[in-house]
Amino acid sequence: MLEIKNLHARIAEDGTEILKGVNLTVKDGEVAAIMGPNGSGKSTLSYVMAGKEDYEVTEGDILFNGQSILELEPDERAAAGIFLAFQYPVEIPGVPTMNFLKAAMNSQRKARGEEEMKTPDFIKTVRGAAEKLGISMDMLKRSLNTGFSGGEKKRAEILQMSLLDPKLCVMDETDSGLDIDALKVVSEGVNALRGPDRSFLVITHYQRLLEHIVPDTVHVLYKGRIIKSGDKSLALHLEENGYADVIGEAA
Amino acid sequence: MNTHPNITLTAGETALVEALGASANPAAAVTAEKIRARGLPTRRVEPWHYTDLRSLLKAFPGVEGEWGAQVDLPQLIDSFVITFANGSHVEGELANLPEGISGTASNSDMAPPEGVVIEADTIGDINRALSANGVSLTVADRAKVAKPVSLVHLAAGGASQVLTHQVVVGEDAEAVFLDRNHSSVEENHQNIVTNLAVGRNAKVTWLVDQELDTATDRLAQLNVHLAEGADLQLLILNAGGRLVRQEVHVAVRGAGANLDIKGVNLIGKDAHIDVTTTLAHEEPETTSTETFRNVALADGNGVFQGQIRVARIAQKTDARMACNTLLLSDAADFSAKPELEIFADDVQCAHGATVTDIEEDHLFYLRARGIPEREARALLVKAFVEEVFEDLDYEALSEVLTTRIENWLDRNG
Ligand SMILES: Nc1ncnc2c1ncn2[C@@H]1O[C@H](COP(=O)(O)OP(=O)(O)OP(=O)(O)O)[C@@H](O)[C@H]1O
Ligand SMILES: [Mg+2]
Repeated sequence: MLEIKNLHARIAEDGTEILKGVNLTVKDGEVAAIMGPNGSGKSTLSYVMAGKEDYEVTEGDILFNGQSILELEPDERAAAGIFLAFQYPVEIPGVPTMNFLKAAMNSQRKARGEEEMKTPDFIKTVRGAAEKLGISMDMLKRSLNTGFSGGEKKRAEILQMSLLDPKLCVMDETDSGLDIDALKVVSEGVNALRGPDRSFLVITHYQRLLEHIVPDTVHVLYKGRIIKSGDKSLALHLEENGYADVIGEAA
Repeated sequence: MNTHPNITLTAGETALVEALGASANPAAAVTAEKIRARGLPTRRVEPWHYTDLRSLLKAFPGVEGEWGAQVDLPQLIDSFVITFANGSHVEGELANLPEGISGTASNSDMAPPEGVVIEADTIGDINRALSANGVSLTVADRAKVAKPVSLVHLAAGGASQVLTHQVVVGEDAEAVFLDRNHSSVEENHQNIVTNLAVGRNAKVTWLVDQELDTATDRLAQLNVHLAEGADLQLLILNAGGRLVRQEVHVAVRGAGANLDIKGVNLIGKDAHIDVTTTLAHEEPETTSTETFRNVALADGNGVFQGQIRVARIAQKTDARMACNTLLLSDAADFSAKPELEIFADDVQCAHGATVTDIEEDHLFYLRARGIPEREARALLVKAFVEEVFEDLDYEALSEVLTTRIENWLDRNG
């Protein structure tokens, strides 16, 4: 599904290198967790995968199903099946959430040569998906993310994820801002999407999320590199001991 | 004749002087003489600081009373239509106006409605000198005019269209006016002055809708008097034209009067669009809000000048003005000049002007969801401007104006 090879990326504006040779492979159907201290480059990695122009790739490659995506525009990557659930979803006043969802779904369908969705089908689909995530239709009438609480924003991200039906879901700290019940609802939503054709890259600081969404592999990103990989027990180890010994080992 | 040391006239000034020379109106000779001596106002004349009329007025075609072509402009919403094609009144028998409203032909010789003050100025001078037609409409006291009245102005065939309208809305009356402006592809010119008096507790919606061709210039003036408790919602949509100056002068002269101006300026290639408003709050407890959203692209140039004067006795005035602009190209420009002159001490006045670009983070978010860049930009631009016309007093206009904005963005975006 995903192969990140010796990926180096820097901030376009000032040239500061953030990713310093990331290597990571995620198989079809795999749930990979990425952990790591603040500022280690987790969000940067997710942005680089999504194609944000603030970053420049200077070395290495990202292969998605065997094809390099580095030359693709963000919308082309999305249409190809890469979805990023943002750590901080932006508020866009004036764009009604429903209009946005429809534009996104139909753009992706169009890019894939599929027929656009008719309005009644669209509304039915959204209603069904929203219900599962405990999102009211009233909320979706409002401007995109505007005035949504932290938890509501995260739920809205997962709603988009389930509607857009991606192949690779990159979730950047989806658990932060969610209350205990919401964490359960959202995790159930994510688990329902798990399948042999869909992979997940779950960025988190907490073992708690990984109790609900049990990962196949866990990777530690530190100073722009993966310094340790393991199975779900690695997350437990970090929860108990912090990063010190893992970092010490790598040094 | 000439007693002044004359300046060298520009091509536009020469054409204007020529057009004035062809008029039998004695005011024309006076105006021509002024222009010969001093030229049109330049940026050194304060009200024209951002719109240097002398250099921007490239042409002034002959004033045309006649009209030969067929008129076929779709209605914005169902309304009683009065059409002026150049100087001719070609559609809408004034005898058949909707109930509660009556009308006669008018011209610049007619005195403006009681209360409307007209200051001596360039647009007014040219209008007085050259206007030969217009309507005078009166809404009877307490009449609730069910059907909106459209004043459609079509300038065509490379002509100057000069019109003067007088509109009086009686006490406790209600009416909706749609002032629409269209032109053919030739180099045309519009000079339209409208004097509007809104009576005690009357409620009026007035739309100025401008979608002139990109070779048409327009100098327009709306002079308004608001009586006690009068309520005016003025909507302005500029979506065309080459040199456009829309002046709005309002005297808020009755206690409790309320003025709400909402405007959208869509400024395309080669366009210079200037909206200049002066509001005089002259009685206690009146309110005004002005909300402008502007989009400028290519080398489009926009201007908003908003002057608010609050007289010493006008305590408890609440006046707010906001002008936000989205510049979609490096060559586009927008100048905003708010100006407050407050002589009362217990007032609330606020003004804000911003000029921004599309937020890259917003654009990225939409694109990360699969929306192509062009479409994502259009969504954001729409979101920015359309908000202005949400929840209008006369609801039916919200949708048609939104559609108009979308069409413009689709064509120009
Ligand atoms: N556009 C940018 N401009 C300046 N600095 C940036 C930019 N993007 C990332 N950085 C810096 O790069 C480093 C990595 O940031 P990143 O957001 O990827 O960390 P993170 O691992 O996601 O951290 P957290 O756990 O706090 O979310 C930080 O020091 C951050 O300040
Ligand atoms: Mg982060």
